[in-house]
Amino acid sequence: MKRIALLGMPNTGKSTLFNRISGASARVGNWPGITVDLMSAKILIGGHIAELIDLPGIYDLHGFSEDEQVVRHFLASNAVDLVIILLNSSQIDRQLSLVLQIKKLQLPSVLALNMADEAKQTGITIDTVSLAKDLKMPVLQISAKYGDGLPKALQAATAIINQNQPASDPQLISKLLQEDNKIEQEMDALIQHHVQIPTTFTDNTTDKLDKILLHKWLGLPLFFAAMFMLFQFIFSVGKPLQDGLAWVLLLLRTSILEPIFASSPAWLSGLMLDGVYNGVSTVAAFVPIIVLFFLVMAMVEDSGYLSRAAFLMDALMARMGLDGRGFVMMLMGFGCNVPALMGTRIMRSRPMRLLTMLVIPLSLCSARLQVFIFMITALFTAKQAPFILFSLYVMSFLTMFLTALLFQGQYKNSEPFILELPPYRFPTLRQIVLRGWQEVKHFLTRASKFIVIGVVLVWALTNFPSNVPPASIGTFAGQIGVLFAPILDPLGINSQLAIALIFGFVAKEIVVGALAVIYGLQGDALMTQMATQIDWVQAMSFMLFTLIYTPCLSTIATLKNESKSSAFMWLSIAWSLALAWVVSFVFYQGARWLGW
Amino acid sequence: MQLLSQLKIGQQAVISAIEADEILFHRLSALGFRVGKPLSIIRQANFNGPLQVRLGTTDVILRSAEAARIRINTHAN
Repeated sequence: MKRIALLGMPNTGKSTLFNRISGASARVGNWPGITVDLMSAKILIGGHIAELIDLPGIYDLHGFSEDEQVVRHFLASNAVDLVIILLNSSQIDRQLSLVLQIKKLQLPSVLALNMADEAKQTGITIDTVSLAKDLKMPVLQISAKYGDGLPKALQAATAIINQNQPASDPQLISKLLQEDNKIEQEMDALIQHHVQIPTTFTDNTTDKLDKILLHKWLGLPLFFAAMFMLFQFIFSVGKPLQDGLAWVLLLLRTSILEPIFASSPAWLSGLMLDGVYNGVSTVAAFVPIIVLFFLVMAMVEDSGYLSRAAFLMDALMARMGLDGRGFVMMLMGFGCNVPALMGTRIMRSRPMRLLTMLVIPLSLCSARLQVFIFMITALFTAKQAPFILFSLYVMSFLTMFLTALLFQGQYKNSEPFILELPPYRFPTLRQIVLRGWQEVKHFLTRASKFIVIGVVLVWALTNFPSNVPPASIGTFAGQIGVLFAPILDPLGINSQLAIALIFGFVAKEIVVGALAVIYGLQGDALMTQMATQIDWVQAMSFMLFTLIYTPCLSTIATLKNESKSSAFMWLSIAWSLALAWVVSFVFYQGARWLGW
Repeated sequence: MQLLSQLKIGQQAVISAIEADEILFHRLSALGFRVGKPLSIIRQANFNGPLQVRLGTTDVILRSAEAARIRINTHAN
């Protein structure tokens, strides 16, 4: 099979081109020599089946960023038959260096000049015929977004593939990569001969927009307003979808699955319905939110606003060892931690990404909000309620800042904060939809097994031994609750609440349901019963613990997938549990000491 | 001769030297920071935030710490 690598600088529309060529057939895969996953797709080109690989966007083949190393290692470990180099036409004067670097490696290449329309608007004209002659490779102008010029570019690629030249020799590439080269003079000569660049820009829409959006005092309020509106959109559209999906799943259970398992033994129907099926439903419940989040994120990212958000928030975030982009994800975590963790992929520096991923699970997500609203309604007056809820939000921010400050030494970011500010662009619908679809596929394939196993485990713990009522003190979960009593008693958390915390490990959505099962009561009766059993100090301590400890299995599964490190996953779990314990302990004992 | 971090907003200058370690140097040169290139500062974010620098056709944001590694000349012509 032929192998084609797609290479280019960041913000040149490389992923857009990849999606356009590959359609929805792309998959994520591992490659020899590198530790990160790359997207690839099988395409038919000139009668050959070829594998198209989307390499990370890089500025320089000889640079030291993680992405640059990934590309180097990829080329030095995998034979390729063709490299498609994608440049942004309006920045050809500096991006051409990448072409010359690839040329030095003697790799068969096609040069695609993207955003030909943008270049035309700014008055840049490129003589592709003469440039192709000097570069000794096909040069074609395309628009990855709209597909203009793409058939011609693919024809040029086909012609090279059909020559059936031997594929690149990774060892030779590895040797050539070590030799430094003098590319700059060659680049300047090429630009002078083949490209005309006007001294001033004619198009200044981006400048006008930036004057408002990056304004010294208006910028930040506008940013917060924009974020608020986006999240509002995600959750006001996502919530009904989520409820609808839950309704369908329940209907499926009561009308089809329960009759099927009616005659089977109790343990089997319990395992299949309360274990496996509940696990599947838990995973499915995240789908609408993830789709919407990535639709919106793709829009924000492709529009060029994300780099602006980084510009606005960087001063504050830099003090915590994070950067401006991390703040957008932290905010997103207040809706749902899972897509926020997945969204950290926009950060290219691994230490900073890990630090951000350690911080995100501490944000008060909408599922935790449900638990708090239930507890607050049960134990506080309507007047106190808003203040209690507000204090929990403040606490969430405090724990995030504390975590970042404490761990920033561990995850020292070595990469300088230098970002390109691309002009504002309108993303196309196709671009956005493809992106959303790929993220959901990714989440479903990676998270489902992990979550189903977790749910089955908790089901088993709360249902065995089978001669006692489910979720009672007699079950394994109850025994664990008793076992943890010496640790949880100083927090004012009794064994019933401890079992609910074990349930909460799977998902915070089922904590309230778990309390109903444990107390054997529902709704108002449950609230009244709880109010007689625990006081407000205990309730607050329980809420603080719920706020800080591991949010849910989906978050853990995502943490593991995104960091590709079990050690990091365990660190996150251990840290959040330890912090939850200390905060609850200080609060509970402090409040008791003050005589409350 | 002064540092890019000291350049006033709206003022034009020409890069006269880049004094950075290899990682930073590579990143800067890949984004178009080279000796002899004219640039100007468009704006700076509040609370001593990053600078927005315009180099030819490219806008770049970078922190003051990194801008302090770039020497500039305001009287090139």
